[in-house]
Amino acid sequence: MSVLVNKNSKVIVQGFTGSEGTFHAGQMIEYGTNVVGGVTPGKGGQTHLDKPVFNTVADAVKETGADVTIIFVPPAFAADAILEAADAGIKVIVTITEGIPVNDMVKVKNFIDTLNDCTLIGPNCPGVMTAGEAKVGIMPGFIFKKGTIGIVSKSGTLTYEAVDQITKAGLGQSTAIGIGGDPIIGTTTKEAVQLLMADPDTEGIVMIGEIGGNLEAEAARWIKEHGTKPVVGFIAGVTAPKGRTMGHAGAIVGGDDDTAEAKKKILRECGIHVVDSPAEIGKKMAEVMGVTA
Amino acid sequence: MNIHEYQGKSILNSFGVAVQRGLVADTPEEAVEAAKKINETTGSDWFVIKAQIHAGGRGKGGGVKIAKNLDQVKEISSQILGMQLITPQTSAEGKLVSKVLIAEDVYYPGDSEPSEIYMSILLDRATGKVTIMYSTEGGMDIEAVAEKTPELIYKEVINPGLGIQGYQCRKIAFNLGLSGKAFKEMVKFVESLYNAYVGCDASLFEINPVLKTSDDRIIAVDAKVTLDDNALFRHKDYAAMRDLSEEDPTEVEAGEAGLNYVQLDGNVGCMVNGAGLAMATMDIIKLSGGEPANFLDVGGTADAKRVEKAFRIILKDEKVKAILVNIFGGIVRCDRVAQGIVDAYKNIGDINVPIIVRLQGTNAKEGKALIDESGLKVHSAIVLQDAADRVKEVMA
Repeated sequence: MSVLVNKNSKVIVQGFTGSEGTFHAGQMIEYGTNVVGGVTPGKGGQTHLDKPVFNTVADAVKETGADVTIIFVPPAFAADAILEAADAGIKVIVTITEGIPVNDMVKVKNFIDTLNDCTLIGPNCPGVMTAGEAKVGIMPGFIFKKGTIGIVSKSGTLTYEAVDQITKAGLGQSTAIGIGGDPIIGTTTKEAVQLLMADPDTEGIVMIGEIGGNLEAEAARWIKEHGTKPVVGFIAGVTAPKGRTMGHAGAIVGGDDDTAEAKKKILRECGIHVVDSPAEIGKKMAEVMGVTA
Repeated sequence: MNIHEYQGKSILNSFGVAVQRGLVADTPEEAVEAAKKINETTGSDWFVIKAQIHAGGRGKGGGVKIAKNLDQVKEISSQILGMQLITPQTSAEGKLVSKVLIAEDVYYPGDSEPSEIYMSILLDRATGKVTIMYSTEGGMDIEAVAEKTPELIYKEVINPGLGIQGYQCRKIAFNLGLSGKAFKEMVKFVESLYNAYVGCDASLFEINPVLKTSDDRIIAVDAKVTLDDNALFRHKDYAAMRDLSEEDPTEVEAGEAGLNYVQLDGNVGCMVNGAGLAMATMDIIKLSGGEPANFLDVGGTADAKRVEKAFRIILKDEKVKAILVNIFGGIVRCDRVAQGIVDAYKNIGDINVPIIVRLQGTNAKEGKALIDESGLKVHSAIVLQDAADRVKEVMA
């Protein structure tokens, strides 16, 4: 099982022949991901990294049966790339690109939400990784170990931190979902948590959030009502000043309810095991799962 | 990106939004010339002189004044230009005023009482849709209105696929209690304001107040406009509106070097790859007994040049008593980062504060060895908790 991507996923890479696309597609293939081809308009018919290149996503789907895509195209063209993938019937669209205009994403999200069987992950995210099966993202593969902990996070390097600590704590990962740090993202914290709660291979969940927006609170309230597995939570940005964007476009404290402290309070009230220090994520999860490293 | 009121109004006007007419001036003489020109259209001898800085509450600090003749235009402009304007939204030192907007007087007497309306357009992150917020309680602090009389604040959510519809504009005008000519003008105002928001890729419009004049015109009297940085690539003319003097010079310098830096008040500097880990590192500093002096994301390519630049920027801040470098090498290799740190350290020469370097991920051990064998006064760590403990030691 696992969620979103696994060893049977047929993955294409949009922006395949660019420098980012080339590097990360290579890493994905090396990890054992089933990359079936890529898309670069105008380069259809060529071969890149021993895989076929297509002009359009529709061509790629027709020829390879691809059901997952990862997008590395530049911000100005990324919204178009997402819509093209959705139109071609791709089921899981992972968008790595950072810096897509917000108004583009407002339109894209509104459209994707009308589709029944299309999941958008990101943008501005490290991707999705099912340990030992498929890496559809830019996460370093070697820190993962197959196991039963699912991870949901807005941040890239903080996800790596959690993954690494989970591995060192004697546990391993089912699927890690980097949902992205933009104000508008396809899959919310709650939706990612729902996927992991429903996954028989996942026994515990790490939920990493940050200042800005209400995604973590929304997820926490759902967990309180419907959660069946232990959740360890961390919220970054206790020390972030109000009204300043902290790197991620969405990481900005707007009011009293989207500070790190306010979110942590809600998480605790909803029964989530909240750690104050990011250095204690693995330790806390091991404790909750009854494992000693 | 924040822009000045006069720039915001010019953008609004270009989308057909009715705005209070005005001209910007750098000197008292230019202010008088501007006033003369405005008088040619309005026939009025009254003008409003408004300081142009990136902060609200300008009136409270004496940055907005009425002039009743040209002599007063000159006198008041001379007072405002060059002043350090302190408002509830600026720091205690205030902000230097180098431009004033000379605007027409719009509160003239007439058949009806002028009334002030609040209107803003912003992204509602919860719904993922652009929302128009408005209230009859204009001209006041909207946060106070939201607290005391939340029922007086209305919201209209716009479907991004359809755009704003006529019935929505009418609903807004009805809720604001308008009729006759003012109603019709408001319908047009709202429609063009929304189209401007989308057309210029804004992330916030706050028009406080929108004025219904005594002769039932609807005009934007103030304009707080924030543009989406990520969309500036398709608006080169707006990108040119950036006023660097409004920004922290160190943050500007960092930005030019590709570093994402935010100046804070604390005593422990930090340098991290990734925004989430950078915030988490600030939090670790606080838990270890320090206060973060900055947010700094070096990005994915933490090479020697960038690391050196980052060190130099952090070291500019005299309050910094220690620096924590926290790199999780996913794609980037820790030994290369370590070499960058060693080179940067040697290049800068006289670093007098303790540096704690935590390298984890690809080639972490090789990275740590490079640091340990460099002979530099740098503490190294691999596990995050060790780094936190080291910060605690040096802060003790």
